[in-house]
Amino acid sequence: MAILQVENIIKNFGTTQVLKGISFSMEEGTALSLIGSSGSGKTTLLRCLNFLERADEGKIIVKGETLFDAKVKENSSEEELRRKRLHFGMVFQQFNLFPQYTALQNVMLAPTLAAKAAGTYDAKAIEEHAKELLVSMGLENRMNNYPHQLSGGQQQRVAIARAMALKPDILCFDEPTSALDPELTGEVLKVIRGLAEHHTTMIIVTHEMSFARDVSDHVIFMDDGRIAEQGTPEEVFEHPKEERTRQFLASYTREGE
Amino acid sequence: MLLTVTLSLLNGFGMTLKLFALTLLFSLPLGLVMSLGSMSKVKVIRWPIVFLIWVMRGTPLLLQLLVIYYGPGMMLHNNIWGAGDGGRFTAALVAFVINYACYFSEIYRGGIQSIPVGQYEAGQVLGMTRGQIFLRVILLQVIKRIVPPMSNEIINLVKDTSLARVIAVYEVIWAGQAFIKSDGILWPLFYTGVFYLVFCGLLTALFGRLEKALDYFR
Repeated sequence: MAILQVENIIKNFGTTQVLKGISFSMEEGTALSLIGSSGSGKTTLLRCLNFLERADEGKIIVKGETLFDAKVKENSSEEELRRKRLHFGMVFQQFNLFPQYTALQNVMLAPTLAAKAAGTYDAKAIEEHAKELLVSMGLENRMNNYPHQLSGGQQQRVAIARAMALKPDILCFDEPTSALDPELTGEVLKVIRGLAEHHTTMIIVTHEMSFARDVSDHVIFMDDGRIAEQGTPEEVFEHPKEERTRQFLASYTREGE
Repeated sequence: MLLTVTLSLLNGFGMTLKLFALTLLFSLPLGLVMSLGSMSKVKVIRWPIVFLIWVMRGTPLLLQLLVIYYGPGMMLHNNIWGAGDGGRFTAALVAFVINYACYFSEIYRGGIQSIPVGQYEAGQVLGMTRGQIFLRVILLQVIKRIVPPMSNEIINLVKDTSLARVIAVYEVIWAGQAFIKSDGILWPLFYTGVFYLVFCGLLTALFGRLEKALDYFR
């Protein structure tokens, strides 16, 4: 069974339709890349999945549970919404680390609050898990640094650890390297590649085409709020069926990507 | 003579400090409530607050003191502030609290609005409640940003308290001026500056320490 099923998501901003009926599904342990030009709706789709935006139509089903159905009146409590959100982890383009907390505190904050609310607070276990995550991100020497003391690549790796601390079913990346200098991009991509090798379920919005080709099991090319083409990386990158896909990929090759 | 003058000025400065402290005590929380109101989506809430802020920041505090003290008596033929020194002090306090709450509310608003929306979103996707996001993530960042403008405004307040003597609140300048009439000497009035200077120096040092304490993050 698919871990995620997205059915006919439509999203309007005022009179502009940004998502015009998006449907796809993905299997557990796979990596899905969303590619497409700016304004094609990739980020909006990711934000709908994380309930940062509310889709106007459509359904979101995770592990068979309907988390969102636009037809059903919004009657879920704030508590309910927060529980649903935790199926997804989110890594932002701008990292969005909390500046007043160290790397370790950034990772520990949400699990600590959640465990305290659930009455299962175990400070030591949370700290151990947070440290493990940071070590796996190659940040064993940076745990007690504040975000402003870290490079962009290090900050983004902390943000990935923070998103993983709540053990989401699906980890979402919104252009994780777009705010980074080229020389820092590699270290973040390497970490994400490592996650893919460990079969972390991921959705990655990216402009790094060669990375998307290497790392993902499935690629969706979005154009003007629709899925223009999808398939395996070979199918989309080597043998694109649609003219629009070819144009888009050609624009990347021309830039020398 | 110096001792007599000093003691008399200290007495006046006590009133200055009382007005200063009570104004802060009420206007700091009132300003926060007003700032939230001025950002409200509900027009009925936002509009009167924005109007009040416009009036209080757009007219001299000196004038506001006179209107608030004499206005009710002229319009209702009834001095709502009560008789004597107590009544005048209450009227002055009300004027100061409203005036400063308006300035503070604008500082709070600027501080709150300067926090990137990504900070809220990061909290949301981590399953934090709205209260947790405000208290654990936003608040300290807002405080860090508003300390410099707040310290400016609070130091202004120290000196603005001298305006209260327009409705005969016996503060330190009044105390200094009194020696012109009673003893024909001017220097006690100038001497009052030392009191302001020392107190503002203390406040400056205090705010400097606070800024430094919040310097560990950016």
